[in-house]
Amino acid sequence: MYVAVKGGEAAIRNAHALLAKKRRGEESVPEIGLDQIAGQLSLAVDRVMAEGSLYDRELAALAIKQARGDLIEAIFLARAFRTTLPRFGASVPVDTGAMRIERRISATFKDLPGGQVLGPTFDYTHRLMDERLATHASDADAPRQLAPSPRAGEGWGKGEERREADATPAAPMPRVTDLLGGEGLIEPSPADDGTPPRDLTREPLSFPADRPLRLQALARGDEGFLLALGYSTQRGYARTHPFVGEIRFGTVEVSLPVEELGFAVPLGDIAVTECQSVNQFKGSATEPPQFTRGYGLVFGQSERKAMSMALVDRALRFKELGEEKSAPSQDEEFVLSHCDNVQATGFVEHLKLPHYVDFQAELDLIRRMRAEAEAPDEMKEAAE
Amino acid sequence: MNAPVTASSMPAITYNFAYLDEQTKRMIRRAILKAIAIPGYQVPFASREMPMPYGWGTGGVQVTAAILGADDVLKVIDQGSDDTTNAVAIRTFFETTAGVATTTRTQDATIIQTRHRIPEAELKAGQTIVFQVPIPEPLRYLEPRETETRRLHALADYGLMQVKLYEDIARHGHIATTYAYPVKVEGRYVMDPSPIPKFDNPKMNDSPALQLFGAGREKRIYAIPPHTQVVSLDFEDHPFKVQAFKEPCALCGATGVYLDEVILDDKGGRMFVCSDTDHCSTRQAEGHTGTMSAPYQEAAHD
Repeated sequence: MYVAVKGGEAAIRNAHALLAKKRRGEESVPEIGLDQIAGQLSLAVDRVMAEGSLYDRELAALAIKQARGDLIEAIFLARAFRTTLPRFGASVPVDTGAMRIERRISATFKDLPGGQVLGPTFDYTHRLMDERLATHASDADAPRQLAPSPRAGEGWGKGEERREADATPAAPMPRVTDLLGGEGLIEPSPADDGTPPRDLTREPLSFPADRPLRLQALARGDEGFLLALGYSTQRGYARTHPFVGEIRFGTVEVSLPVEELGFAVPLGDIAVTECQSVNQFKGSATEPPQFTRGYGLVFGQSERKAMSMALVDRALRFKELGEEKSAPSQDEEFVLSHCDNVQATGFVEHLKLPHYVDFQAELDLIRRMRAEAEAPDEMKEAAE
Repeated sequence: MNAPVTASSMPAITYNFAYLDEQTKRMIRRAILKAIAIPGYQVPFASREMPMPYGWGTGGVQVTAAILGADDVLKVIDQGSDDTTNAVAIRTFFETTAGVATTTRTQDATIIQTRHRIPEAELKAGQTIVFQVPIPEPLRYLEPRETETRRLHALADYGLMQVKLYEDIARHGHIATTYAYPVKVEGRYVMDPSPIPKFDNPKMNDSPALQLFGAGREKRIYAIPPHTQVVSLDFEDHPFKVQAFKEPCALCGATGVYLDEVILDDKGGRMFVCSDTDHCSTRQAEGHTGTMSAPYQEAAHD
């Protein structure tokens, strides 16, 4: 007698016990701590915070540990927790112009007010395996001499030793787009008309989506998906001729307006990466040509994601800018419906679930059709 | 489930009854009420991330969480079975987060969440069946754009679907849709019944139970109120027919039920057993037997 249809419950319990064991790994090796993940795998934590849309380093570290390092699984854990949290209100828009800069570069100007601040970056590293990291030898020379790197306001290659403690720039660092905007060379940021943006996590997505909604979707969208789409715009699928006007990474203050007090109360700082792309122009009979922009803003340090987001944002604006639609990156239904990796991974992986009821129906039909194809006419419909 | 984290600075993680917060439940209930008021119409709702993946029943789980009360008795099936992995996981989820009573017996349940089947036992007034829906839009594979399909529904323009069914007949001699077979609800909206086999479609018509459909990833809820007309699409010369099985269930001898085919060996050996495990075990408890369940054999052909 066939019995395998029973016993699912015990099997699941066992599978999860095995998962827990596998997650722990070799027991003679010390268990990894959340502080280690948050401190030493900080870019993984950043990604989980960004795509999980939940700014909490410790919870993101917990999610990464629980997910055995599977970042999409960790993002999923963060989302499933986030969605249960109450909403107290919306913060005042953060002012990235007032960011406490850790890194700020522009590809459009050699030097500019505030200077080029390299900060912590993989750029220009030689991608050679560093065997010192394989042992704990790197700890030995931990307080390594920081090479002279520029301070805010000092431009490339100048500057003095800069430590975390006094990383605060002396002078404000105006955004490149504000500098260009001063001359009217670039389209202004859309004016705030007071309409509260729609909330993707509280309303179902509907089309056409406006730019705030698109940017929300992109901000939590899958880095890999956006990277590929952004890449495609560079390869001729909806070319937008982008320049990286500026990338800046640092902390910004988040404030919440409190009705009773009549002013906004600072809640704390969050680290964000912002990318403003400067793209080819638009002009008309009445308006002289101006550069256009694409915008990316991501929790934590993720330049790849912020840049990809800016490229895709710009491509999605084709209609407003009077461009022709020719590529997937411009198609908002395509992009927004597929950029969420929690949705995507769920639906792709649901194919693992049993489908035998539907498959049985297909089996039945194909057998009948094959029988009809082989048998003479009187057999037709007999099966039913 | 997340166990409470004891790390120093981390706040305790707690969840509401049936996981969702009350504001979210209220939002979902509003969508459900609207869906009931417009049978077969897909109501957009602000679907939440759930602690199970999209495509694994998040829509059904949200609907169930929104309507679940402390005195409800919940049954969860997948492929007709209470014991498949996903059914077990969802049932355990509600046992853990809501502490409600659960059952495998169809007639004892007040809420039945299902994936891909409607139970064989007739549903009663007062029961609610919640379907998990992957793609709520019956026209989706004919027209990929939501903006366009919403327009087609608004105009009740279902020509695309009629042409598709006609082309099936022209090409295969049959309507080649065996599950997720489209229905028309109360003469107005064409609706996807979720991927139940078309065998189950007739059970939706004039059912005394409330039928709710939740699609989490696609953010849609729709409903069939009790005693609503549900008609499977067909043509006069090609009337709708359901699947029929040549043999009875090998374990309980039931006929006129949906069967799963079970491969027994690599030499073509197979058996057919009830897809609805509760129906099958109830019948076996009543003394019914099939060809593979007892020393003697009972041919249950009617």
